[in-house]
Amino acid sequence: MTPTPNYAQLLQLLLPEIVLILTALIVMAADLLILRKLAPRARFTATSLLASLGCVVAILKIATAPTAVLFDGALISNPLVHLVQIFIVLITIAVLLLFASSEFTAHAGEFILLVLAATIGGMLLAATQDLLVIFLSLELLSLSLYILTAFDKTGRRAWEAALKYFLFGGMSAGFLLFGFSLLYGVANSTSLPDIAAAIAAAPSPALNPLLAVAIVTTAIGLGFKIAAAPLHFWAPDVYQGAPAPSAALIASGSKVASFFLFFQIAALGLLPAAGSAALRHPARGWVPVLAILAVVSMLLGNLAALRQSSLRRLLAYSAVAHAGYMLIAVAAHTADSLSALLYYVFTYALATIGVFAIISVVEEDSGSDSLASLAGLSRRSPLLAGSLAIFILSLAGIPPLAGFFGKFYLFVAALQSAPGSTPLLWLVVLAIAMSAVSLYYYLQVLKRAFVAPTESTTPLRAPNLTQLLVLALAAAVILLGCLPHLLLGWIDAAIAASGL
Amino acid sequence: MLAWTIYISYLTAAALFLLPRSAKPALARVIALLSALAGFAIALAAFCTHRTGQSFTIVDAVWVPSLGIHYSLSADGISLSLVLLTGIIAIAGVLFSWDIAERTPEFFAFYLLLIGSVYGVFLASDVFLLFVFYEIVIIPKYFLIAIWGSTRREYGAMKLALYSFVGSAMVLIGLIAAYAVSGVHSTSLAALASVHFSPHFQMLAFPLVFVGFAILAGLWPFHTWAPTGHVAAPIAASMLLAGVVMKLGAYGCLRVAMTLFPLGLAPWANPHLGLHSWRDLFALLAAIGIVYGALVALVQRDFKFVIGYSSVSHMGFILLGLMTLNLTGLSGAVLQMVSHGLLAGLLFAVVGRMVYARTHTRELAALGPMNLNRALPFAAVTFVIAAVASMGLPGFSGFVAELMIVIGVWRSYPLLALFVGLGILIGVIYIWRAMQMAFFSGTRTEDSDTTHEPSTHAATHAQSEHHDLPPITLPEKLGAILLIASSVVVGLFPHILLNIVQPALSSPMFDGLRRGSWQ
Repeated sequence: MTPTPNYAQLLQLLLPEIVLILTALIVMAADLLILRKLAPRARFTATSLLASLGCVVAILKIATAPTAVLFDGALISNPLVHLVQIFIVLITIAVLLLFASSEFTAHAGEFILLVLAATIGGMLLAATQDLLVIFLSLELLSLSLYILTAFDKTGRRAWEAALKYFLFGGMSAGFLLFGFSLLYGVANSTSLPDIAAAIAAAPSPALNPLLAVAIVTTAIGLGFKIAAAPLHFWAPDVYQGAPAPSAALIASGSKVASFFLFFQIAALGLLPAAGSAALRHPARGWVPVLAILAVVSMLLGNLAALRQSSLRRLLAYSAVAHAGYMLIAVAAHTADSLSALLYYVFTYALATIGVFAIISVVEEDSGSDSLASLAGLSRRSPLLAGSLAIFILSLAGIPPLAGFFGKFYLFVAALQSAPGSTPLLWLVVLAIAMSAVSLYYYLQVLKRAFVAPTESTTPLRAPNLTQLLVLALAAAVILLGCLPHLLLGWIDAAIAASGL
Repeated sequence: MLAWTIYISYLTAAALFLLPRSAKPALARVIALLSALAGFAIALAAFCTHRTGQSFTIVDAVWVPSLGIHYSLSADGISLSLVLLTGIIAIAGVLFSWDIAERTPEFFAFYLLLIGSVYGVFLASDVFLLFVFYEIVIIPKYFLIAIWGSTRREYGAMKLALYSFVGSAMVLIGLIAAYAVSGVHSTSLAALASVHFSPHFQMLAFPLVFVGFAILAGLWPFHTWAPTGHVAAPIAASMLLAGVVMKLGAYGCLRVAMTLFPLGLAPWANPHLGLHSWRDLFALLAAIGIVYGALVALVQRDFKFVIGYSSVSHMGFILLGLMTLNLTGLSGAVLQMVSHGLLAGLLFAVVGRMVYARTHTRELAALGPMNLNRALPFAAVTFVIAAVASMGLPGFSGFVAELMIVIGVWRSYPLLALFVGLGILIGVIYIWRAMQMAFFSGTRTEDSDTTHEPSTHAATHAQSEHHDLPPITLPEKLGAILLIASSVVVGLFPHILLNIVQPALSSPMFDGLRRGSWQ
């Protein structure tokens, strides 16, 4: 029963993406026709505001979109997809507004266009269960991010970072495509539920070697996107070299989309080949692969971060560590762990964007992103220093901030993944132990901002819009930490309504 | 109403953070003092109205419905005693920090954030909530030491923060595992305590959670954060650390580890190294801590290190009291928490504020020639009182508490009672030595017969100097009198506390303990 293609419905479901494309075109046109004469900073502000407006309209469209499945799951619209899409667009808005007064480029229109393209890529990624569309949207997301990384044409670091990102990214796309092609070979279909059915229908209980290769190569491809060790080599350079808004987007919106994708492929497409990572009775499948990635990421990320003197590189390694924690949620693959994953990745994204906003203000003042340049921040700008403390402590997982509840819920969900036993206990123990290690480097950041003496006591002024938004992000991190149910209730309802 | 101890502290902390930088330090001090007084008044009112010692609920609201987490606060005799202690220490801490001139509003904001969280831990009756408050304590503690501290402050602060965080990570692992294994959709202490976890699970979870909490209580050999942290900390933070924060650890051991996993205290199937259970092991470690802390305190040159190690020794009494598992020992342990809170606070106040802030040295050898007993008679008298109280002179709180613990230990571990006796004996010596060296070893200019070994050379030098020392201020006197008076009241009328602590320890909450091996 092939459903007849209904193009009117297709248009209707893609309305949010169409709104964003139109916004991008309008921004380009406005930038080229009207805003040319303005100073670069004003141009960037005007285009950012315009784009944010388009994003708000897109969110309204997502919120009112109907529920439907088109073309065997090539395009899906349900509350869960809407939720993830809203997260992604919200993050884009936050990035656009936080960095609205950047002036690193004279090509504001193009920059915004690419940001919106990446956003659309992320949205489509969330809305599909078909390997082909997954690959296409992933490429849309990645290619936009490569260019965004290289956008600061004056900086050598940006070039180097972009080249590294592109080469590693291209390789991982190759791995992913190879994995996908093997999956197609196994199932004769590109739809995730069909693949799951085909694997389940396989006569032998042992893992088909073809499938094993497919699992490993797919995990490599996706592990690159989420910067899981040992596939993280691009991350420190990109975090350090890319313009602040690009780096913020790579660290936040792209993570949300990639983790949701990872979860979908694993828990939906490969469910029958899950295996087990229990120490006593491991079973072959993708769960042990993810467990290995998680272990390496948590160890390497946390230990490498201890030695960093650049705030951006420190964030990159901490991102590797966080990817490790989140992989545990993917490995648990229950409805609860999906809910925990979404809560975690969203609150993580909020805190990370906030830190990047503060980095960019400090960088503009001191010209460096070294930890030392934070010295005296608490006197120069109590607001920024206070917000930095909230973001960093949330990343460290200190209550009552969102990061703590995220970790708590994630670990609880991981332990409750199998009724009557706790196969992932050892991973959770390792994760909690490593998060104790992480406090050391997070406190190093705060020590610079609050304790270290400084010569310069001139107040540090950030643009008003940035200050306001940083404050709003900090408030959100506190609020979501104190009242997690605000977000959790919504996530749980969406998951229940979409029936994972 | 009792919940407002937490809220007032937090709200005041928030207000102080927002206070403009140009505000007068005096304003911040007064605001902080008022907040501490308000917290104490509320605690005292609750203490006076609830005389049964049974647990009563203060607040209970659904917090995270999908995980069954409640925002619930309740108090019983144990909590009430410790909340009252916190109130007293909070006031004394503000009084002894009256001279903080640098970044004053921030200092008191962090200070009250810490106080509010301590109240929170003592009042929480949901393990998630308790853990949240327990972890919030770490951050203000770090900043108080790193910003306003002295000797190797950044090292001391980081060490303290990491030890605390490692401890709470262990607790977190145990609690999450308990929650996941229990299958009850609730994180309330009572609900989890009524779950019968498998003996195997309890055997694993108990030491994890117990040690996690006991790190903060200074259990030997995990005590090394305590002396460095105490020495590095500014005076108010030392007082809080020794006075209440270390009690958080002991309280967690009693309230969480021992009630949730009572079978963890039961004998092992096979004895190892002559030890028959975790209980034996921890009792032994606590006894070692008592003697070790005392011995190390005996050879310190730095006055504050003496007090720092004495805290390790005195906290050993508390942990040993917990391991006796008899009513006398347990209530002695709770009493000792209060008593040590008051006395350690007082000792640190004399050393850190009255002496160090004036002489700028804590070297016992350097203090001697300054003739402090004449230069700062109030400090000398206060220290003598604090010293004899901490030696366990009858009439002060330390005596009752340690006596009860010794009786309890005698019943459960007769052999360890010898250790305890030894610890008390060395306790007399080290505090006497410190007192002698710091206050009474100067030359005698008049007829004083206790001083000896006059070092004439240094003394003449100090003679000309000691008149410059600023006199003891009114806030310091008030703070000292408050702490001494509290200790005397507890010492003379221990039943004020025991009447509510003992019913609390006999409540159903501690049923598991009683069924396990309560004698």
